[in-house]
Amino acid sequence: MSLAQTHQGPDYSHLDPIFGKLSWESLPFHEPILVVTFAAVAFGGLAVFALLTYFKLWGYLWNEWLISIDHKKIGIMYMVLGLIMFVRGFADALMMRGHQALAASGAEGFLPPHHYDQIFTAHGVIMIFFVAMPFVTGLMNFVMPLQIGARDVAFPFLNNFSFWMTVSGAVLVMLSLFVGEFSTAGWLAYPPFSGLDASPSVGVDYYIWALQLAGIGTTLSGINLIVTIVKMRAPGMNYMKMPVFTWTALCTNILIVVTFPILTATLALLTMDRYVGTHFFTSELGGSPMMYVNLIWIWGHPEVYILILPIFGVFSEVVATFCGKRLFGYTSMVYATAVIMILSYLVWLHHFFTMGAGADVNSFFGITTMVISIPTGAKLFNWLFTMYKGRIRYEPPMLWTVGFMLTFVIGGMTGVMLAVPPADYVLHNSLFLIAHFHNVIIGGVVFGVFAAIGYWFPKAFGFKLDAFWGKVSFWCWFVGFYLAFMPLYVLGLMGVTRRLSQFEDAAYSAYFVAALIGAVLIAAGIAAFFMQLYVSIKNREQLKDTTGDPWGGRTLEWSTSSPPPYYNFAFTPRVHEVDAWWHMKKVGYKRPTDGYEPIHMPHYTSTGIILAGILTVMGFGLIWHIWWLVVATFIVAIAYGIGHTFNYNRDYYVPADEVAEIEGKRTAQLAQES
Amino acid sequence: MSATTPSAEAPEFFVRSTHDHDDGHHHETGTMIGFWIYLMSDCLIFGSLFAVYAVLGNNYAAGPSPKDLFDIDMILVSTFMLLFSSITYGFAVLRMQMNDLKGTQLWLIITGLFGLGFLYLEVLEFTHLWHEGATPMASAFLSSFYTLVGTHGLHVTGGVIWLITLLIQLSLKGLTHENQRRVMCLSMFWHFLDLIWIGVFSFVYLTGVLL
Amino acid sequence: MRYLKPASVLLLTPFLSGCNLVVMNPSGDIASQQSSLIIYATILMLIVVLPVMALTILFAYKYRASNKDAEYDPEWHHSTSLEIVIWSVPMAIILCLAGLTWVATHRLEPYSPLSRISAEKPINENVKPLVIQAVAMDWKWLFIYPEQGIATVNEVAAPVDRPIEFQISASKIMNSFFIPALAGQIYAMPGMQTELNAVINEEGVYKGFSANYSGAGFSHMYFKFHGMNDQDFDTWVSKVAEASDDLNREAYLDLEHPSIADPVSYYSSVDPELWDAIINLCADKTKLCQNDMMMVDALGGGGLEGIVLRDSFAGICSSDDPAALLARIRIDRVMASSIDETGNMTVAQTDFSALDALRALSPTQERSSTPSTLN
Repeated sequence: MSLAQTHQGPDYSHLDPIFGKLSWESLPFHEPILVVTFAAVAFGGLAVFALLTYFKLWGYLWNEWLISIDHKKIGIMYMVLGLIMFVRGFADALMMRGHQALAASGAEGFLPPHHYDQIFTAHGVIMIFFVAMPFVTGLMNFVMPLQIGARDVAFPFLNNFSFWMTVSGAVLVMLSLFVGEFSTAGWLAYPPFSGLDASPSVGVDYYIWALQLAGIGTTLSGINLIVTIVKMRAPGMNYMKMPVFTWTALCTNILIVVTFPILTATLALLTMDRYVGTHFFTSELGGSPMMYVNLIWIWGHPEVYILILPIFGVFSEVVATFCGKRLFGYTSMVYATAVIMILSYLVWLHHFFTMGAGADVNSFFGITTMVISIPTGAKLFNWLFTMYKGRIRYEPPMLWTVGFMLTFVIGGMTGVMLAVPPADYVLHNSLFLIAHFHNVIIGGVVFGVFAAIGYWFPKAFGFKLDAFWGKVSFWCWFVGFYLAFMPLYVLGLMGVTRRLSQFEDAAYSAYFVAALIGAVLIAAGIAAFFMQLYVSIKNREQLKDTTGDPWGGRTLEWSTSSPPPYYNFAFTPRVHEVDAWWHMKKVGYKRPTDGYEPIHMPHYTSTGIILAGILTVMGFGLIWHIWWLVVATFIVAIAYGIGHTFNYNRDYYVPADEVAEIEGKRTAQLAQES
Repeated sequence: MSATTPSAEAPEFFVRSTHDHDDGHHHETGTMIGFWIYLMSDCLIFGSLFAVYAVLGNNYAAGPSPKDLFDIDMILVSTFMLLFSSITYGFAVLRMQMNDLKGTQLWLIITGLFGLGFLYLEVLEFTHLWHEGATPMASAFLSSFYTLVGTHGLHVTGGVIWLITLLIQLSLKGLTHENQRRVMCLSMFWHFLDLIWIGVFSFVYLTGVLL
Repeated sequence: MRYLKPASVLLLTPFLSGCNLVVMNPSGDIASQQSSLIIYATILMLIVVLPVMALTILFAYKYRASNKDAEYDPEWHHSTSLEIVIWSVPMAIILCLAGLTWVATHRLEPYSPLSRISAEKPINENVKPLVIQAVAMDWKWLFIYPEQGIATVNEVAAPVDRPIEFQISASKIMNSFFIPALAGQIYAMPGMQTELNAVINEEGVYKGFSANYSGAGFSHMYFKFHGMNDQDFDTWVSKVAEASDDLNREAYLDLEHPSIADPVSYYSSVDPELWDAIINLCADKTKLCQNDMMMVDALGGGGLEGIVLRDSFAGICSSDDPAALLARIRIDRVMASSIDETGNMTVAQTDFSALDALRALSPTQERSSTPSTLN
């Protein structure tokens, strides 16, 4: 490219005015794997569509779920989104493991580099943004308002909109499978590789706009949940009486609000480079690719803690409940969480010690990183001493917790090893690093999410999950994890780097095959989880939770029925101690059965899903450079959003009679039980 | 479960009457703090752009530097427009607190006109620079300059659109509770943009021309 | 501590027999110090990790619900002394680790010259390091030996026990230069020069590769690193010097075209100005050199006319003479009677008084050949 060209922007003169970059060649008919996948997805989609139509469920789905602004339903929808994307992300993982096992054994493997590169990029992006984030956000959405005795979040409509923005990003990522291609630039899309010169296709654009749309949703949801915690706690619940999960939710949402704007800005600058031809991250005319790496990790490292902090909260709840014992060291748990939140902002440079920033800078960031292990270690001890002198019931959530405690310390240890800069010089970007972060993300976040699903499922649906299949799932995952990732630690020490699709050395074969077997075992664990869902739904009558408190819980969500009425609590609870519900049970509370009053609730609205739908189309237009579509959808979206503000009729009062009727049924049921 | 015998004086566990826990009141303050948190997150977007400008602002790529480009007199005029618009917004809020709909609307219209004036000058500046060849593609300094100043400009544009919407809503519904809240939110937004502009003015324009 | 490493390697052997843990068992002094560091750090952390894991299993077993003999105290949730222990023990360990980190990071800083050849062998002050310039390209490695005046693709060699100073850059995409047996990696970035000081202590052939993903041909971006005795190295150098190709700008631009799994090839001579052109991204003479650009920027930029006129000094790469550069673009300050479009340095008629004033204002910086080296 000559200089004169770099002065101007990208050349758009050859663009089709109607279809932009889109053409028949964009459809991947030449990729057999994709054609089969598409056929399967299309067939599955048609089947679901037909079933919904046959059982006339469209109206129910739309009116009760899609336009719902009930935090519980939105929370559940987040979990469903996470599960669907989890299957996609895991399919990518299996393909990678399969391909690498073949390639390391001297075979060609079945994925050409261009396809393989898309798969590892998609795997990372999906697992972080569209699996872990929805899971964590979903849990916070469902559990936190119940824990603080609130009837909904602070901004219920915004909550619905945030959810659909996340879906919107997920839709774009999935669309890239069948229309065009996805990014090959890795999950953080470092320039100059993600620049227009090296990656001219729409892949990186899919990445950018999927993340931007989902990122807006995440930021708004973060603001929403902070305000909910700050403003809507039940009377008496001061900060040091909040459940630990709520505390971690607060810290996580603060982190979201202070980091996601940086991601938004960084991706916007990358967009400018690609769409306008600016020089933020190019190597030419004064741009600096290193700045991108800094900016993206200033977001990226706190992001890891955004995922893990609420999961620490989950384990704190689970361990206290299933040990039948108050959490050890509540105060130090809270301080540890807050310290981690602050420190997570001061360590980003440890992701690129090898950039050569000098010994002073490197050791500073290495040491701040290590310091994080102090509060994290304190947390582990707190869980440990909660078990001490407890009565531990090994329901699946507790199994996940013990599995987590054993696995996470190993991940923590390898993490500290990576934080020593000279050690990082030899371990950076190797499979050791891959093993490390899967060690903490699977051993931490994934185990935690399964613990949380097992723990709060009865609250959400009114029946417990089948314990047998839960245990099968746990053991498959637990053993599968070690089999899949311990070999990667070894491979890392053998000097094998990440993101390779071909190998020159057959000595790695055995380790990659072992890792593949581990991945298959994990697949069995996932299958067992779906089996668990199926069996539990089938046996829901036997597994029914009539008390609302199936585990002997300690926090307020267990004080209401399972599933809770849409208004959560007929009377707002008053809190006197840390474990409010435990305290209520201990001193013998009396459930009020009369004197109901009208309850103030928000109306459902379809604005969120429609607006997010319009913005998804706008994203598609931006990706494919279909400018008229971008302009049209943008104007419609703005107009529609403004139109929504003219609707002043947003809430209503549930009549006292209706509350009395619902609560009366529960009174009768509780009486029948005892 | 190990629930012990009910103690004689069990504390009250439920809010039995809405009088001692006013739900509606909580929602109001929630909106203000929520909007404030949103502004802080927006502030971080600007923070990132300022940081980028700090890193790239001297990379002229053998092209023009601020001294070659900025017309400080014109910028001063637009700065004062924005500063005055904040004051006039303040008057609008004062009128609103006196429950004076007409006064509120009048001052809001004046605020909007100042905002439009500011935008007009910014567009003028950008087109002038562009025609001189100083496009965002010409150097990293210009890329970061256009993006930082342009992002602020887009925010002001959004603010003006919001202002117009609010004026329509005021004329439809008057100074209702919701509308008053919206006036206060936009007020925060407007003052916030003013604050950001002071940063842009001193960090980009003044230091660019003086240092 | 000296025996810890062999001991732990011995402990692990049964599990890992048959695999070559090159990272833990390298042949270069820097890499061995790095591997020792991994072991020390691991042992330090095991002090707390092992008890935690043991206690987890113990408590998990002992306090199971079915064991009615175990004590049950549902309200026990606080113990100040225990709290002090669980905060202070990790703190103490991290304190030790932090000290270790600070010292080791400074000692093993890749930019600093070596302080020893190996644990037994001190450094000889009279031996100058062998300079090897490495360029990561799509998708191959180019190595330039300025001292020997030769260059190679996908093969690099160095004499045993002589300090090596790698100067590392990339043509377009960021990569990472890594020879696990020799020393830790460092990024190879376009428009940048990073450095790595290392030494190989044993003869042999070792793997080297890019450790940072860079696109479709990345998996094949590896090369052989030969540790040789002095004699073999000299033989190797003369073998390379017999090659028929010269590495000049044209040959470099030719090589720069993306290609996958290139065979080893040799260049018998190298354009001495090529390296500067590579790290300043102007091997292509139509491109602006980073150092020239930065020099003009340090003097206040080229003005509006610079946008057009800066093309005229593309590919020159000689910011030693800022007057000549500025003369090409600052028409308002100098009387540029003729602007030479060929790219050769013919200085225009210059108003030196204005320029001298300008230069007096800005501190003279020695940034000519390494414009953007970090550190």
